[in-house]
Amino acid sequence: MAHRNRRAFPRGSFPPCLIHRVDGIFRPEAAGPGRFSKASRRACPNREKVAAREMASRRRLTGEICLADEFILETHGLTKEFAGFFAVRDVALKVRRGSIHALIGPNGAGKTTCFNLLTKFLKPSAGQILYKGQDITAMAPADVARLGLVRSFQISAVFPHLTALENVRVALQRQHGSSFDFWRSKSVLDRFNGRAMELLSDVGLSEFANTPAVEMPYGRKRALEIATTLALDPEMMLLDEPMAGMGHEDIDKIAALIKRISAKHTILMVEHNLSVVANLSDIITVLTRGQVLAQGNYAELSKDERVKEAYLGAGHA
Amino acid sequence: MSALTDDTIPVTPRAMRDEMMVFGAMAVLLALVPLTDIYPFFVMQALCFALLACAFNLLIGYGGLLSFGHAMFLGTAGYCSAHALKVWGVTPELGIVVGVAAAAALSVVTGFISIRRQGIYFSMITLALSQLLYFIYLQAPFTHGEDGIQGIPQGYLFGIFNLSKPTVLYYVVLAGFLGGFLLIFRTINSPFGEVLKSIRENEQRAISLGYKTDQYKLLAFILSGTLAGFAGSLKVFVAQNASLTDVHWTMSGEIVLMTLVGGLGTIFGPVVGAFVIIAMQQYLAGFGQWVTVIQGVIFVACVLTFRRGIIGEIAHYFRRSL
Repeated sequence: MAHRNRRAFPRGSFPPCLIHRVDGIFRPEAAGPGRFSKASRRACPNREKVAAREMASRRRLTGEICLADEFILETHGLTKEFAGFFAVRDVALKVRRGSIHALIGPNGAGKTTCFNLLTKFLKPSAGQILYKGQDITAMAPADVARLGLVRSFQISAVFPHLTALENVRVALQRQHGSSFDFWRSKSVLDRFNGRAMELLSDVGLSEFANTPAVEMPYGRKRALEIATTLALDPEMMLLDEPMAGMGHEDIDKIAALIKRISAKHTILMVEHNLSVVANLSDIITVLTRGQVLAQGNYAELSKDERVKEAYLGAGHA
Repeated sequence: MSALTDDTIPVTPRAMRDEMMVFGAMAVLLALVPLTDIYPFFVMQALCFALLACAFNLLIGYGGLLSFGHAMFLGTAGYCSAHALKVWGVTPELGIVVGVAAAAALSVVTGFISIRRQGIYFSMITLALSQLLYFIYLQAPFTHGEDGIQGIPQGYLFGIFNLSKPTVLYYVVLAGFLGGFLLIFRTINSPFGEVLKSIRENEQRAISLGYKTDQYKLLAFILSGTLAGFAGSLKVFVAQNASLTDVHWTMSGEIVLMTLVGGLGTIFGPVVGAFVIIAMQQYLAGFGQWVTVIQGVIFVACVLTFRRGIIGEIAHYFRRSL
């Protein structure tokens, strides 16, 4: 198993022997084909490799539960410092596979920074991020996305001058090579139209297929963004305020959509709308001033005095 | 909605049809030029600049990268082709290959250096690199400094076409232009072009979809630089010289101007822009130095009133893609 781990290790990340938990649950197919590097193999000194293998076999023998199997994403001591200001400080987050995990907190609590750290759009100052037991702390954002950890953005991120169908197709074509082919007609992309239409109708956007994204209503853009993200079939989706700026009708639609996709995908979301959080999430982490204040389900947290205080200020608590 | 089959989903068939029709009309009109009494030298020169502007437009209009040093590809290809033709005495086709290869190699190197930066920093690095090259060409013996390489033999292309005959040369340059234009057109409408457009629209999102955007931008840069080099090699046969003007930063500025006047991110805009600017230089030559001032006024007027450029405004008015 250690051998498979080593082979499947993508470029630019720590060699597996440096991962704290080598427990044989890493799935090589998730890394995508053709991205294995000889360098990481060389970078792995024999001594540590043997140690890692021993540890893994000991785990198997003792029947210890593989934590990484239960938690798809974990962070240890995750910290981001901007010139003396700690936007995120020592955050330990564990996201259970298959759950909807909400990240809430007052403005400036570090939720979006946290997202940016997890998807590598920002480099952490300290700490470690494990995705499916693999250390992704040093990876490039595009590589993280290729591992199946895909994010959305707070401000609707569509490609405005492409049609809805083209938006989804851009995501679909990435996995099928040919994206560097400048000599071929884009009609080769028509084979993705069927799948793209499926994804669009899943989010109720069939009639918008040929509408440029810029002309779509706001709520529909958010839906399109989710369809585009789903096109990658990610194991885990990070949604940054999926309901921000939406009317009631759209909120219900998107909430139902999130509930539906959570059957197949793990979801970590930042959301301000507490009724949405209450209805959707299995577990909630409350952040304040860059640190984890509390964690639990909605019922527990709504009784928590510290959470009330963080949201309403000390005087009201 | 699953009843929709692949062929009932029109992605952009109308746009493609419009563009192909305009392309056909453009090719026919240009082919008829030798039958009129329009000065062919002017049209040939304009065609070279049109191809150059189209190559530049591929980078900025579809990749969102403003290169302020595109003259370096034009000049490098020009010098290398001229040197090969005159000193080594190679055939015209080989001369073009040498020039294009030199521009391609240069675009690989400069692309690697500049592509990692964005916005104004990218523009400044390309400008700095082209100025660096300008200085080298000013000093290098093979370029003959201020004199440039003069009296370049035109020869027989593929041993058949006598390039010293204006009509033959015209059709060769036209064929070169149309070929380059079609390659750019195909690139824009290719799977690669789709990714490039998505990067222009929202690079962060493209990254979050797993695209390593630097690689795509680099390929666009290399394609653009190579085609700009092709324009430079063709220009050698038209002008029969290669001089420092072609590597000067004002040339880079002129390329930007042509593209902006014609319409940034439109397919035919750079062609129209190049013709407008070259025509101005040609027919307003009587005004001497004032041409620059007139160009400046047009540039300001363009930015203030029709920001989409000539073709951009037309396309917008008819809600078509051109």
